[in-house]
Amino acid sequence: MTFEYAPAPESRSVVDIAPSYGLFVDGEFTEAADGRVFKTVSPSTEEVLSEMARAGEADVDRAVAAARRAFEGWSALPGSERAKYLFRIARIVQERSRELAVLETLDNGKPIKETRDADLPLVAAHFFYYAGWADKLEHAGYGPAPKPLGVAAQVIPWNFPLLMLAWKIAPALATGNTVVLKPAETTPLSALFFADICRQAGLPKGVVNILPGYGDTGAALVAHPDVNKVAFTGSTAVGKAIARTVAGTRKKLTLELGGKGANIVFDDAPVDQAVEGIVNGIFFNQGQVCCAGSRLLVQESVHDEVLDALKRRISTLRLGDPLDKNTDIGAINSAEQLARISSLADQGEAEGAERWTAPCEIPSAGYWFAPTVFSGVTQAHTVARDEIFGPVLSVLTFRTPDEAVAKANNTAYGLSAGIWTDKGSRILAVANKLRAGVVWSNTFNKFDPTSPFGGYKESGYGREGGRHGLEAYLDV
Amino acid sequence: MSTTPSPTHALTDVAASDASLRRFLHGLPGVDPVGLEARAAALGTRSIKTTAKAYALDLAISMVDLTTLEGADTPGKVRALGAKAVLPDPTDRTAPSTAAVCVYPDLVEVAKAAVAGSSVKVASVATAFPAGRAPLEVKLADVRAAVAAGADEVDMVIDRGAFLAGHYLKVYEEITAVKEACGGAARLKVIFETGELSTYDNIRRASWLAMLAGADFIKTSTGKVAVNATPANTLLMLQAVREFRDRTGVQIGVKPAGGIRTAKDAVKFLVIVNETAGPDWLDNHWFRFGASSLLNDLLMQRQKLATGRYSGPDYVTVD
Repeated sequence: MTFEYAPAPESRSVVDIAPSYGLFVDGEFTEAADGRVFKTVSPSTEEVLSEMARAGEADVDRAVAAARRAFEGWSALPGSERAKYLFRIARIVQERSRELAVLETLDNGKPIKETRDADLPLVAAHFFYYAGWADKLEHAGYGPAPKPLGVAAQVIPWNFPLLMLAWKIAPALATGNTVVLKPAETTPLSALFFADICRQAGLPKGVVNILPGYGDTGAALVAHPDVNKVAFTGSTAVGKAIARTVAGTRKKLTLELGGKGANIVFDDAPVDQAVEGIVNGIFFNQGQVCCAGSRLLVQESVHDEVLDALKRRISTLRLGDPLDKNTDIGAINSAEQLARISSLADQGEAEGAERWTAPCEIPSAGYWFAPTVFSGVTQAHTVARDEIFGPVLSVLTFRTPDEAVAKANNTAYGLSAGIWTDKGSRILAVANKLRAGVVWSNTFNKFDPTSPFGGYKESGYGREGGRHGLEAYLDV
Repeated sequence: MSTTPSPTHALTDVAASDASLRRFLHGLPGVDPVGLEARAAALGTRSIKTTAKAYALDLAISMVDLTTLEGADTPGKVRALGAKAVLPDPTDRTAPSTAAVCVYPDLVEVAKAAVAGSSVKVASVATAFPAGRAPLEVKLADVRAAVAAGADEVDMVIDRGAFLAGHYLKVYEEITAVKEACGGAARLKVIFETGELSTYDNIRRASWLAMLAGADFIKTSTGKVAVNATPANTLLMLQAVREFRDRTGVQIGVKPAGGIRTAKDAVKFLVIVNETAGPDWLDNHWFRFGASSLLNDLLMQRQKLATGRYSGPDYVTVD
């Protein structure tokens, strides 16, 4: 007899998803002007969850106008008053966290373990943190009375729908801006639930507007002439297009784009914990994380030992129903993303890297990709250069600290990196040479609202989180 | 002191000298405490329900070393404990027996008689438990007395003073001497008193030291200090036994002891066993809980699972 964990599903009944949702403009849910709609599905079952209004250019106009009207009153409020709203939102998020966690898991496909223990606590923490700044802006280092920008156009991705919303909306509101936010087309639900939270918190009309839609909606929003600030998190290709759109205007722009994070394991690393960190670095949220540690750089002298331990550990990961509390690996967010991951993995194999896949059963419906490791990878392989945005790890080796740094920096990106060693002096020396916005040492994928996050090079510019995150929303 | 031949395997000559033993132990990879504790906590969030819970509760009961180690222990107390170990739930004979009873050496004979004819083993602490501060000859006499009285298992304590002073070979030789005193008859559990070793690096080194010296089981603690078994130190020891088997082919058991009082905690430990050392250790030959009050909570949870009702502490025996 073996220890088989019986199914332990979180109850779906804690969340009530309506058959259809409108746009959230000026405090009301409304249809799209042209009446267009789209559906959102659950990636783990392909079941249609709900139907959304799809915002077009007329709706963008309307939402930006509502945000502009609201700006005057909102920015004139004392910071301590704006803080009250943000604290209220944070508390409501906490109160409704179980409902929101189930919702996010249904719409995104990520395991309930992650939405419950990572996404939702971080969402609340982010609102609490920026609520605290709202009446202390003159102490933030941006002058005696820093002013907001105006209307912020915010476009967010599908990998952490509610968390990315929090990263965008919390600092914008704390500093006195109003926002129009477009959630990703595959994960619009939690943003619409957030709209309901804004109403529950009594937030003045028009301060937050939510426009579900596709890329065309986002393009219209960032191009809108009455927008003062554009914040985008997503792919590097779209980020470049937005930068071109915004160029020559007075709009302030922050971009949070792709990554190809290096996780560097030295021969004196705490190996068992490094293995945990490697697993967390690449399989957290099925690897659909811009700061994922998708390149493992391991010192050649411990390569075999680390790789063996890693494969054994990966074999214990439990892939399946995202609502099951024991699931470690959920579904890929969309058929499109699955196709991209599959094609890049096939390319890795075709280019001669050695492919290893965790032995796990793939459910018959939904979008799934088993945890995969490529060994024997070199800097020349596509899987070492291109962002895969999936549960695929590329393993490369190095001989000396200098070589590790050179290889880690030899990428078009520069978002995250990890250093594993027991030697404190080496952590500091290597971290100083890495061109990455976030460097973790002896851990990976740890987030905190007090810590700024952002990239070098093609990973974007501007910082979110911490005191630094205020700058993006202030006229400084 | 006579040098005892140690078991032969791939790592046999590591203990050839104090220097080689030190080099080996200090060459083990370091342990990052934050990461280790985070992993243990993450495994603690596994949700074990229905059939899995029923399996885990029975397995946990079968792994208990039902323990009484008090100055006030009497033959009557030990007889009651033995009866409880053999038949933990008098209202439900499908409840498994515990693995063993664990007593001081002078009560081994009483314990043997109390569990006679059952599968329950008698374990005896020895080697001047719990401090271990006695001359080696005294410790060995303690062990021989326990074995002569019929102990199936001997739980020794290491000399923490020697370990912390860096005299690894002294600790090693003491373990091999005790192992020899156990003869072929008794399995040897080696207690580190992890709360006194204090760091995870030390616990990892002690694990390897004991395994190299021929321990059949490695055990966290005596239950007599402030910090005893924790999910993290047990996880660390489970990694050590897994790796030791990978390198030598020899399988060694693990026994967390002290501080595990609830069924919920016990199930968490079993999840850690399952996902760290693996299913091969999910058997009372390879994993034990050193505990006293844990058993009643396991029984109450077992009754609740079977009947749907939680009947409370008056419906299990108090011994």
